[in-house]
Amino acid sequence: MSKRTVEIELATPGADARGQPLRVPLGVAEPPDVAAEHMLINIGPQHPATHGVLRLVVELDGETVVRVIPHLGYLHSGFEKLGEYRHYNQIIPLTDRTDYLSPMANNVGFALAAERLMGIAITPRCTVLRVIACEMSRIISHMVWLGTTSIDLGAFTPFLWAFQERERIYNLQEMWTGARLTTSVTRVGGMMADVPDDFVAGLRHFTQTFPKTLSEIDRVLTRNGVWVGRTQGVGVLTAAEAINHSLSGPMLRASGVAYDVRKDKPYLDYETYDFDVVVGEHGDVYDRYLVRLEECSQSNRILQQALDRLPDGPVNIADPRVILPPKSRAMNDMEAMIYHFKQVMEGVKAPVGETYVGIENPKGELGTYLVSDGTAKPVRWRIRPPSFINLAALPKMAAGHLLSDLIAINASVDIVMGEVDR
Amino acid sequence: MNPSVDALRATFGPAIGRALESCGDTIVYVGREALLDVMAWLRDTPQQTYDYLVDITAVEYRDRERPLEVVYNLRSLTRRADLRVKVELDPQGDLTVDSVVSLWQGADWLEREVYDMFGITFRGHPDLRRILMWETYAEGYPLRKDFPLRGRFSRAEQVRQALAAQPEAHYSLEELSIAEAYEELPADMKERLRHGERGRLPDSE
Repeated sequence: MSKRTVEIELATPGADARGQPLRVPLGVAEPPDVAAEHMLINIGPQHPATHGVLRLVVELDGETVVRVIPHLGYLHSGFEKLGEYRHYNQIIPLTDRTDYLSPMANNVGFALAAERLMGIAITPRCTVLRVIACEMSRIISHMVWLGTTSIDLGAFTPFLWAFQERERIYNLQEMWTGARLTTSVTRVGGMMADVPDDFVAGLRHFTQTFPKTLSEIDRVLTRNGVWVGRTQGVGVLTAAEAINHSLSGPMLRASGVAYDVRKDKPYLDYETYDFDVVVGEHGDVYDRYLVRLEECSQSNRILQQALDRLPDGPVNIADPRVILPPKSRAMNDMEAMIYHFKQVMEGVKAPVGETYVGIENPKGELGTYLVSDGTAKPVRWRIRPPSFINLAALPKMAAGHLLSDLIAINASVDIVMGEVDR
Repeated sequence: MNPSVDALRATFGPAIGRALESCGDTIVYVGREALLDVMAWLRDTPQQTYDYLVDITAVEYRDRERPLEVVYNLRSLTRRADLRVKVELDPQGDLTVDSVVSLWQGADWLEREVYDMFGITFRGHPDLRRILMWETYAEGYPLRKDFPLRGRFSRAEQVRQALAAQPEAHYSLEELSIAEAYEELPADMKERLRHGERGRLPDSE
C-alpha cells in the first residue's frame, strides 16, 4: 500500500520569504479502509460498566458487535477447594464472599444444604428469620442492580435513591450481625444470633417507607423516553432459548418462563406466603428491569408477612452436638465444655451422602451441592453460580447489537464477579 | 425413587448402572458410551421432558480407589421433577466424556469449568479452553485431590511467571486471528499457541 504525505493549509498561515503561504506537512498517513476492517477492543477488566473485573474482548464492525468473548477468572479465589479443608460452619464465612451483594441469602443457602445432609429440622423462629434474611438480600441486591444499571444508561438520580434504601437495610444487617457486608448470619442448625430488640420495629418502618422510593424510581424510569429507547428490544432471548441456556432468576422469568424456586420447590415454608411470581413477556432488557422492580415490591410483601408471623421461641435447635453452648455455660459446666471442645476441634460430622439444594437468590438459582464421606469436612462443595451461568448467554444476546447496547445487555444480566469467578 | 430410572432401564438396559437415593434425590449411574443418547432421550421423551440442565460438575473422592464422577443435575420445568445423572471415570484411565452442548447451550461454560478444574475432556465441545484459570496455567487441575491447597509451584515461581508473561498471552488464538496480530508474534509464542495454548511456559524449567 502506497504511503502519501498529507499537506493542508493552516487557517492562519504564515508566509515564507517570498510571501507565499507556508505549507505544513502533518506527517504520514495511510488512507483508511474502514469498510473491510474489524476492530478488536478490550472492555475491562478495569472498567465500571463491566460491574467488576470482567474482561470482554469485542470484535466490532464499525459500531456493530460481531462477537463477544468474555474472559473470567480475575477474581478466582478457589472457594470450593478451600471448603474441602474446612468444617461446615467454617464454610459459612466463605459464602459471604461469593455473591457479596446478597451475603445473607448465600449463608441461608449453604446452611439449608448442610442441614438437609445432616437431617436437621430447624425451629419455627429460625425459619421465619431466614426468610427475612433472604428477602432483605433480594431488595439490596436489586437496588444495587437498579442503581448501577441506571448509571450505565445515563440516569444518575435513581442510583442515589437506590443506594439510600440499600444503606437502610445495611444498617439493619449491622444491627443483627455486627457486619454490613460479611454477615455470616447462619449456623448449621440455627442462626449466629437472634435479632436484637429494636430490629423488628426498624424493619417494619423500612417496609412501610420503601414502597414510596420504588414508586419514585418507577416514575422516573418506566416511561422515560431515554430509558425505554435504550432497553426495549435489546438483548432479546425467547423462552426456549432461556431454558436452553439454563438461565435462572429474573433472566429466565423476563423471557416468560414462570419458574421460581420459592414456588416450585419451596423451602423455608415459602408456599405459605402470599406473593406473586413476576413474569416478563419479551425477554429484553426492559422486561428484566420491570421484573426486578416488581420483585422488590413482592419481597416487601413477604417481609411484612414474615414480621407479622414471627413466632417466639428458640432460634437454635436443642442439640448440643450441633449448636455451641453459650460461653457462660461452656466455662462453668463440664458437659457443656466437652461439647464446646469437640465442636471446635472436630466439627459437626455429616453422614455419608450427598445433596443438592437450590434456593432463589436475587441473581437466580443458587445451588449448593454437598458430598460427604462421613467426616466433618465435605468431600465436595459445589456452588451452582447463577450469574456465571446467566453471563454465558451474553455472547448470544449481544451479537448484532451496537456497542452501547452491549453495555445495557451486560448490565441486565446482573453479574457479581465474586460469584462468577468464585 | 424417581420413576424415570425404571423407564431408563427399560429403554437402555445394561447401559444404566446402579441407582440410589440420597437425601431424597435420585441418582442414576450411566455408562460413558451411552451418555449422549440417554441425555437426548431424557430431554425429548414426552413422559420425561428433562428440558432444563441445572448444573454440571464433578466429584473426586478422598478415597483414591473410587472413580471420578461427572455429575449432571437435570430438571423438568413442566413436571417439577429432578434427576441426577452420573458418569464414572477411572482416574488412571481416559478422562473423556461426550459433550452435551449440542443438547443444552448452557453446558458450554459448565463443561469448560469442569475441564479447567478437573482435567476432564468433553468430546465434541465447540471451544474447550480453561475458563477460570488463565490459558497458560501450568500447575494442573486445582480441584483434583492430589493438587495441594496452595498450588504446585512455589510463591516465588508463581510471581516470576506472572511477571514474565507477555501481554499477548492474555488473548486466545481465536482473538489473535481476528486482530491479525498472530503473524507479528514472536516465534516461540506462535508455537505455544499452536500447541493447545495450555502447555507449560517455555522457560519454566
